[in-house]
Amino acid sequence: MPEQLSGAAILIRALEHEGVDVIFGVPGGAILQAYDALYSSSIRHILARHEQGGGHMASGYAHATGRVGVTFATSGPGATNLITPLADAYMDSIPVVAITGQVRTTSIGLDAFQETHTWGISMPVTKHNYLVTNINEIPSTIREAFHVASTGRPGPVLVDITKDALADAMPWHGPVEIDLPGYRPSVQGHPRQVKAAMDEILASERPVLYAGGGILRARASEELRAFAEQQGLPVVTTLMARGAIPDSHPLTLGMSGMHGNYTASTAMQRSDLLIAIGARFDDRVTGNPDLFAPEARIIHIDVDPAEISKIRKADVPIVGDAKAVLRQLLDEGERRLKDGPAPTRTEWMDTLEGWRRDFPLAYVQDPDGPIQQQYVIDELCKHAGDAIVVAGVGQHQMWASQFWKFERPNAWINSGGLGTMGYAVPAAIGAKAGMPDTTVIAIDGDGCFQMTFQELITAAEEGIPVKIAVMNNANLGMVRQWQKLFYDDRYSATELSYTNPNIPMLAEALGCAGFRAETPDEVIPTIEKGLAVNDRPVVMEFVCDPDAMVFPMIVAGGSNDEILMGPEDISCNT
Amino acid sequence: MQHLITVTVENQPGVLARITSMFARRDFNIHSLAVGPTEDPTRSRVTMVVDGPEMEQIVKQLYKLIHVIKVTEHPQGEAIEREIMLVRVHADPKRRSEILNAANIFDATAVDVGASTITFEVVGEPMRLSDFLEFMKTYGIVSLAKSGRIALAKDAKSQNTKQKQTAKGA
Repeated sequence: MPEQLSGAAILIRALEHEGVDVIFGVPGGAILQAYDALYSSSIRHILARHEQGGGHMASGYAHATGRVGVTFATSGPGATNLITPLADAYMDSIPVVAITGQVRTTSIGLDAFQETHTWGISMPVTKHNYLVTNINEIPSTIREAFHVASTGRPGPVLVDITKDALADAMPWHGPVEIDLPGYRPSVQGHPRQVKAAMDEILASERPVLYAGGGILRARASEELRAFAEQQGLPVVTTLMARGAIPDSHPLTLGMSGMHGNYTASTAMQRSDLLIAIGARFDDRVTGNPDLFAPEARIIHIDVDPAEISKIRKADVPIVGDAKAVLRQLLDEGERRLKDGPAPTRTEWMDTLEGWRRDFPLAYVQDPDGPIQQQYVIDELCKHAGDAIVVAGVGQHQMWASQFWKFERPNAWINSGGLGTMGYAVPAAIGAKAGMPDTTVIAIDGDGCFQMTFQELITAAEEGIPVKIAVMNNANLGMVRQWQKLFYDDRYSATELSYTNPNIPMLAEALGCAGFRAETPDEVIPTIEKGLAVNDRPVVMEFVCDPDAMVFPMIVAGGSNDEILMGPEDISCNT
Repeated sequence: MQHLITVTVENQPGVLARITSMFARRDFNIHSLAVGPTEDPTRSRVTMVVDGPEMEQIVKQLYKLIHVIKVTEHPQGEAIEREIMLVRVHADPKRRSEILNAANIFDATAVDVGASTITFEVVGEPMRLSDFLEFMKTYGIVSLAKSGRIALAKDAKSQNTKQKQTAKGA
């Protein structure tokens, strides 16, 4: 007869069977039972200082490893604190499973202590969610949760389990089979559509491959590069897709959109064919969608049919997994090559090359002036180019995307869709927990840093030596930039402080090493010191220019034909 | 423009909340809604009349819900559609027979008669219900209760009908 186990023990067994090696979380009353079972499991638990931190850690882990990130929280405030990381993971299609404790089944609906309607609150920010009130449902629900989170378009799944379901006992029979009749994600693209797409590509004169984060979720970087090379297609990588193709590859144009480079944005705008793969025509990419890429026909490849024609009508829609469809396209392309070589499109390639030459991304670091963030990022990249880079949200994020040279996939982790300030520190910890042998550097702003720095205590306690580069411009820099450009220099509520907190001292207090660079000549020595410390987390503070602004810039809701290249373009535009 | 769709879902707690939450979040509009069991106890059928031009998105977003199994759009005239309505009208004793005669034409059944009102039950095609309601406005409507629309596609073998079904995806 199989042994009797508590619901909590069954939960942990089920997680072990899913291959979970680490859980990020915070315990509490309703999930106590699960923590008790976890105590005798081989799964590592990393105690976050706030459930939001635990959630972002799970997301950073999933980003870096491709495996499902797991986070635990208790009922009520534990669960509500998880809403931001769930929404974040939902927007960026990150596979995360969140397990929350819930009050006893008999207390549900009675406003019990730490009761909240977790299922209802989390519904719009998860791919799917569950309320489990019976121990019998635990094995199948966990299996379903991991299946749903990691297949199709990945995303977060929440499982809310009542205290009595965790406390009851029943025999454990091992993992179970599941049946989800309403969930059958397409993998292969329709062969006729693949042929149609290839017809479009061969006929196009100014094609652009528009690669989104879906390439990385599908682990399809190799196929992307092979296809771009086979057909000679220039590739734009969205913010989420940086590194999907090496930045050093001659076909790579880099990031387009609001702070994209001139060539990438203009190439899309002038193209006659956009081949979107795992991308969703986000407003930060398209600007005003009615004015976006007016002459382009659209091939849209996505595993989520609802993304196709949501913003821009697709001429050739293909529902399927990016990796599978790219392989089909490669095969189809191979067949067509027998009829003749792929078009060379010399004029288009020359045009792109001209733009690249005339409008490169650039910055000036005055040796006697304030530190420029671009310079710090450039030097960080030169010193630790193999690192996984994690960013918060704002100016530093855009500069990191622009100036880091991404040479491999899954080395860039950021909050793209939701734009969650404070993402970097916990996400870096999660990434490092999953990839302990890789250097993980968070490029953070001082505003972001102050939202989640307490998780450095977790990193220090758990021996997770992440490196945090804080670009301290004593301001909420991106908001300030908008105030400068669009609100007559009225800096309402954006000013922070260079000295409060004292970041290196704070870092020391949190159990980390802290360094500060105040002048350009201190940048490289600070980076070298920061990279040399590997026995604890490191915070490198760079005291930066508060007046620097991110360019190029396309005004929100504007046309991608109107790219502001620098401050000099502002005076004539405002 | 109104569209009639039927959504076959797993008979699970909260499925209706998932659908209505998604409609609210995506700013889609529900004109009428009816939920009930089907021939299969593990399935429920949701019949919806939805407003708006974004039908393609509505169908795709419905399919994204894990518990949604099938979405069927019913072009006009290709489904059997029914609603039920209870309507209470002013009925002076001296106009009572006139009203009852009129109701007869619409196949409306008087189900309650008060001192100065009559309550009718009307079951049938949505158009007949709205015609009856329009007619009764001249007497004065006291109160009205109307069900959501339910529908079944016409049998493909007896009618030359075509159901539009979209492929289930992620």
